[in-house]
Amino acid sequence: MAQAQQRKITAPPVNPETQHFWDAAAQGKLLIKKCTACGEVHFYPRNHCPFCFSDQTEWVEASGNATVYTYSVMRRAPVPYAIAYVELAEGPRIMTNIVDCDLDGIKIGQAVRLVFKPSEGGAPVPMFTPV
Amino acid sequence: MSIKGKAYIVGIYEHPTRLATDKTVPQLHAECAKGALEDAGLTKNDIDGYFCAAGDTPGLGALSMIDYLGLKLRHVDSTDTGGSSYLLQVGHVAEAIAAGKCSVALITLAGRPRAEGMATGTAPRMPGVPMPESGFELPYAPATANMYAMCAMRHMYQYGTTSEQLAWVKVAASHHAQHNPHAMLRDVVTVEEVVNSPMIADPLHRLDCCVISDGGSAMIMTTPEIARSLKRPLVKVIGAGEAPKHQMGGKIDLTYSGAVWSGPAAFAEAGVKPADIKYASIYDSFTITVVMQLEDLGFCEKGQGGRFVSDGNLISGVGKLPFNTDGGGLCNNHPSNRGGLTKVLEAVRQLRGEAHPAVQVKNCDLALAHGTGGSLGTRHNAATVIMERE
Repeated sequence: MAQAQQRKITAPPVNPETQHFWDAAAQGKLLIKKCTACGEVHFYPRNHCPFCFSDQTEWVEASGNATVYTYSVMRRAPVPYAIAYVELAEGPRIMTNIVDCDLDGIKIGQAVRLVFKPSEGGAPVPMFTPV
Repeated sequence: MSIKGKAYIVGIYEHPTRLATDKTVPQLHAECAKGALEDAGLTKNDIDGYFCAAGDTPGLGALSMIDYLGLKLRHVDSTDTGGSSYLLQVGHVAEAIAAGKCSVALITLAGRPRAEGMATGTAPRMPGVPMPESGFELPYAPATANMYAMCAMRHMYQYGTTSEQLAWVKVAASHHAQHNPHAMLRDVVTVEEVVNSPMIADPLHRLDCCVISDGGSAMIMTTPEIARSLKRPLVKVIGAGEAPKHQMGGKIDLTYSGAVWSGPAAFAEAGVKPADIKYASIYDSFTITVVMQLEDLGFCEKGQGGRFVSDGNLISGVGKLPFNTDGGGLCNNHPSNRGGLTKVLEAVRQLRGEAHPAVQVKNCDLALAHGTGGSLGTRHNAATVIMERE
């Protein structure tokens, strides 16, 4: 069994468009962007809506519930890890890692929930673990 | 305006090296350019258009290479769409020639990731300049192999594709590579050997991945008039299509590529159908790349790519669609981690009747070359080129 171990997590670069996201992450909240003009939610967060190009976008908190859309366990790494795209209950599919589980037991379609993991000298980053 | 028949490929050269410890990248570009000019029967001073990709031309990109080569030009394009750049450039060259912006165009590609010890597929790539998505990706350690692996995993889930089916792509490439004296891997492999090779990123094994090789390629394209004045077989571009695909604001779908758009555009311009194609060069960064692109180009139904490539269907002389008869990126060469130009070169060899006799397709008068550059599924550019022997 390849149990997820501690991997050094690169700190996310922060910029003016994403500062608020990472401030919220430090509070244990996963934010996504919603466009008040067309109503679409999007990820990764941008100032302008990638669907209708309105600049009237606002931050909303995601529930943290998701399902695995796809994943892959990287074996050629000092510590094997599972990269994944999960589909948030709110719709967007986002890149993440599946953690705190048997890496060989991950399945597409399985339910996962939000956890935050510390990064190397930066904000904690949203990851997911099987429910 | 169509580019159909407006530009001809008259010179090609693939560098024989696969490990260029003693050469510089600009030197490799120059050696390839010289080889392509000699093949065409033209000289450096005939060149008035230069096409490359910013990503494998050091320093100031095109400007540094133009300076190094000592070119006098009236048209330059260094659009970078990863490994598909050079397939895209074939279309751009044809447009420039059709519009009278240049008459003899040089395309070059070169690199030495092997000599530099680059862990191309497995080391997370750190961009020199932060990308807008960097904060939402770098912490999760995306590398090339696990990004493509996630496409394969979803394709298997959604369509029932198997590791054995993917392995057939590598098996076919290896059957061709045994006849290429320059190929990096010349041993014929079996499905069992592929699926039993070490797992890199589930579900992709080591032999599902292309080689990491040094080298390069170059090509000369020109007007119909100049092409007819030369002594080489006449190979013309009759259709080209390009299409970027991205993450659609989070509505990510990893099961198809931009070939669903670039393919129909190229086929429509050429006035031909997938069933008409005698030979296809298909970008093979990984085995899944080939399966997905064949589906998206319309060589088989969506989801049936695994079945289509099985049982030697891609092997020249055996199957219905001979592909990558030089051994492709999986066995022959993936110079600079970018296979786009070698794809065009083998298609030209087939159309000229200059492929190795063991893999030469009979009466090969219509060929396709297609590639994906960037990351399959999430951010890439697809480029399709259809060529005809006159």
